[in-house]
Amino acid sequence: MAAFVLRRLGQTVIVLSIASVIVFALMRMIPGDPVQIIMGSEYSPEAEAQLRHQLGLDRSIMAQYVIWIGNVLRGEFGYSYLNHERVSVLLWDAFLPTLFLVIGTTIVGLLIALPSGIIAAINKGTGWDYGSMGFAIVGYSMPSFWKGIILIWIFGVYLGWFPTMGYVHPWDNLGESLWKLTLPSITLGTFFAGLVARITRSSLLEVLDQDFIKAARARGVRQATLVYKHALHNALIPVVTVIGLQFGTLLGGAVLTETVFTIPGMGRLTVAAILNREYQIVQGAVLLGVVFVVVVNLLVDLTYAFLNPKIRVQ
Amino acid sequence: MTETILEVRNLSIDFDGDEGAVRAVDGVNFTIQRGEILGLVGESGAGKTLTSEAILRLIRCPPGRITGEILYRGRNLLRLGEAELADIRGKEIAMIFQNPIPSLNPVFRVGEQLLETLALHLPGRRRTLRQKAIDLLTRVGIPSAERRAEDYPHQFSGGMCQRAMIGMGIACTPSLLVADEPTTALDVTIQAQILALIRRLAAELGMAVLLVSHDLGIISQMCHRVIVMYAGKIVEEAPMATIFHAPEHPYTRGLMACIPRLDDAPARLGSIAGVMPGLRDLPSGCRFHPRCPIAEARCAVEEPASRPLTNSHRVACHLAGKTSPPPRWAEAPGQDKD
Amino acid sequence: MKPSEFARFWRRFRRNKGAVFGLGVFVAIVVMAVCAGIIAPYNPLEQSYAHIMEGPSLDHWLGTDSFGRDMLSRIIYGARIALIVGILAVLLAMVIGVTLGLISGYYGGIIDTVIMRLMDGVFAFPILILAIALMAVMGFGVRNVIIAVAVVSVAPFARVTRGDVLAVREEPYIEAARLSGISNTAVIFRHVLPNVLAPIIVQGALRVSAAIITEAGLSFLGLGPPPPTPVWGSMIAEGRNFIVMAPHISTFPGIALMITVVGLNLLGDGLRDTLDPKLKL
Repeated sequence: MAAFVLRRLGQTVIVLSIASVIVFALMRMIPGDPVQIIMGSEYSPEAEAQLRHQLGLDRSIMAQYVIWIGNVLRGEFGYSYLNHERVSVLLWDAFLPTLFLVIGTTIVGLLIALPSGIIAAINKGTGWDYGSMGFAIVGYSMPSFWKGIILIWIFGVYLGWFPTMGYVHPWDNLGESLWKLTLPSITLGTFFAGLVARITRSSLLEVLDQDFIKAARARGVRQATLVYKHALHNALIPVVTVIGLQFGTLLGGAVLTETVFTIPGMGRLTVAAILNREYQIVQGAVLLGVVFVVVVNLLVDLTYAFLNPKIRVQ
Repeated sequence: MTETILEVRNLSIDFDGDEGAVRAVDGVNFTIQRGEILGLVGESGAGKTLTSEAILRLIRCPPGRITGEILYRGRNLLRLGEAELADIRGKEIAMIFQNPIPSLNPVFRVGEQLLETLALHLPGRRRTLRQKAIDLLTRVGIPSAERRAEDYPHQFSGGMCQRAMIGMGIACTPSLLVADEPTTALDVTIQAQILALIRRLAAELGMAVLLVSHDLGIISQMCHRVIVMYAGKIVEEAPMATIFHAPEHPYTRGLMACIPRLDDAPARLGSIAGVMPGLRDLPSGCRFHPRCPIAEARCAVEEPASRPLTNSHRVACHLAGKTSPPPRWAEAPGQDKD
Repeated sequence: MKPSEFARFWRRFRRNKGAVFGLGVFVAIVVMAVCAGIIAPYNPLEQSYAHIMEGPSLDHWLGTDSFGRDMLSRIIYGARIALIVGILAVLLAMVIGVTLGLISGYYGGIIDTVIMRLMDGVFAFPILILAIALMAVMGFGVRNVIIAVAVVSVAPFARVTRGDVLAVREEPYIEAARLSGISNTAVIFRHVLPNVLAPIIVQGALRVSAAIITEAGLSFLGLGPPPPTPVWGSMIAEGRNFIVMAPHISTFPGIALMITVVGLNLLGDGLRDTLDPKLKL
């Protein structure tokens, strides 16, 4: 177990390093001179040189990368002249809404997916199975932004049950916060659920075919116990892995959902920053996004190792 | 005092497939007496595993369909509800399987799984049962049982897993143990130990055993009586000595001829020409006739019924009792004589 | 594939109703895209202020949008972009990804590690975010959408290919081919590749649907082909402002998108189930 954890941590560092290089390289490739953008059209050569030096743009590419990484590790992401605010503050403000959206999505998603997948597997070949999986396919095939618009239309405008935009911190007003997060969480949650339900079903079916289930049945273990105790524990192990793998897709969907529901999260921040040529924000946001995904994957893998005795013990 | 523990009457197992139904086991009849070790022999695909699994109804139906009767102490197992069946499984009739390691749940400790079986069928507090579980592990030959009970299956060797499975099998002192190729996946040396263990426990507990195997050597070491299956049907049934020294069915004779003997030095190993037919390509009449060295015209037309030759010997062959076994039944088609 | 093998494959495939539906959808989309000029009743770009935001009617089966343009025609033409982007991007990704996977799996060692780590690094990026970032660098528009989607789709192909190559590499016939003196390249392309083709095809179908959704998302955000090009994603975005008074502007393109994606996913699943050797009952 310890060896596994160390290996995964090492992998994580490598992946993050490569990702950071990719992010840095991408941002450096954006056409346009950042100094010009900041200073506008009229400036003196001295002011330009000074700003260039201040931003570290007169150093070599390698040096710039190293400086950037150094700053990042200290939590320093730069300064946004457009917003008159440090980028790190902007990122943190935007990170929280996205985080809660993701949490809400995961909860909704799992609440839908796990029972659906189990029901589908137990009733394989019947209407329950086809119906469940039909919903799952529609869930993850429906573009999330469109789904959000439709949900807004029906539940927000037409029925008026839920608010259609905005975000409130849970600690400011829990009720309103949850209420505003409902539709967005359902939008992304049904997408997430679609993916997870299918893998739950197939994993459970595969486990139910295994020898040890037959052997346990031969010992008199009842059907319900076989499914919920013997099979489920084994079946959830690959499901956990898939959840980790799909997390990146989830974050992508979050970008669109935030746009549709006007949630001031990282997605909206990133898109706006790209359109405004604020490359420092984009750099920081994309990097944070990657870190988020990688960390979640690491946690997922550790959970997997914990659940699977073959890795946990000896 | 012989008591019939299990009586199988006209057992047939069909499977519904894309291209129609297929009959994998056809009209099988046999009984098992208290305390006896009955061997079920046949090639892969002859239907012996299916027959053994049908007893505890471990076959998924549909697509399977089981017809006939399987009487355990007079009760037809095929008619029981799930609850009654669960009472019998593991308690009155137990089963061990070919691959011991995959037969244990990888996420639960071995002791836990044994404890679960005990708690399902036997009264008593968990603490008492836990001690019983450890005792069982010791009884089946697992050293440091108390410590090993905390291990997971992947930490056990194949032989130890099989011992643990045997332990789970005998935990509630069943009347019948069904053993489906219990040693096929194990090393030869471990094989001998496991077989000896089964034999000893059967004697100690007065337990009957249905031993399924394709290995004639194992059968000869263990069994009192033997049933030979071919292409889904029973072709011969007799006490062990008879099967080995005076078999009547040409297939059985062929099988015996294939066993290499130490006091012999044939240039080639014996074999039975041809291959056992697939279930969808069964020949007309006797299923063995295309490969049979003494087949007559009748054999291609009429399927032979199983008829008693003596009190304890049944054969399904038109020519049963009419031919004497070749002088050294170490002669089979394709083998050199010296 | 020999004709008899194909016949058997087709029989199995046919039994999966979802897969057949998916194939039907795919064919329909292709037809729509190719014959758009013939099928579409109106010019998708033709505006008409007299008929703004009308609901479905006999003249305009799917209504008109906020510029008076015929929705049905725009949706039909929208299939073109969706298909072009989807197929081109995936083809590009397939060629690059499969090659990388073949090299990585076959040669192993340092090459394998480097390539796979690189793929991991790319894979760590949420698809949409990477696509957005790439478009920030390259600028917007159809060509860059294709490139962005392709880059994002390379990793799955590389991984899937590599996994299967690792398995196939150990097979005796590969060893035999190598020993008979054929160059490594020939071994890879003539012997290894045909045997790992099945999951690549499955992945291809699934990736096309993912590509179409990604492209729609990018268009929705305004990063795709500029207006007035009829693209489903931007049509949905346009209709967003009028969701109350003219819901059909967003709804119909969304339905088209959904049917396309569902169909392609079913097709991919169907292919996978049909080609899966384990399922030979």
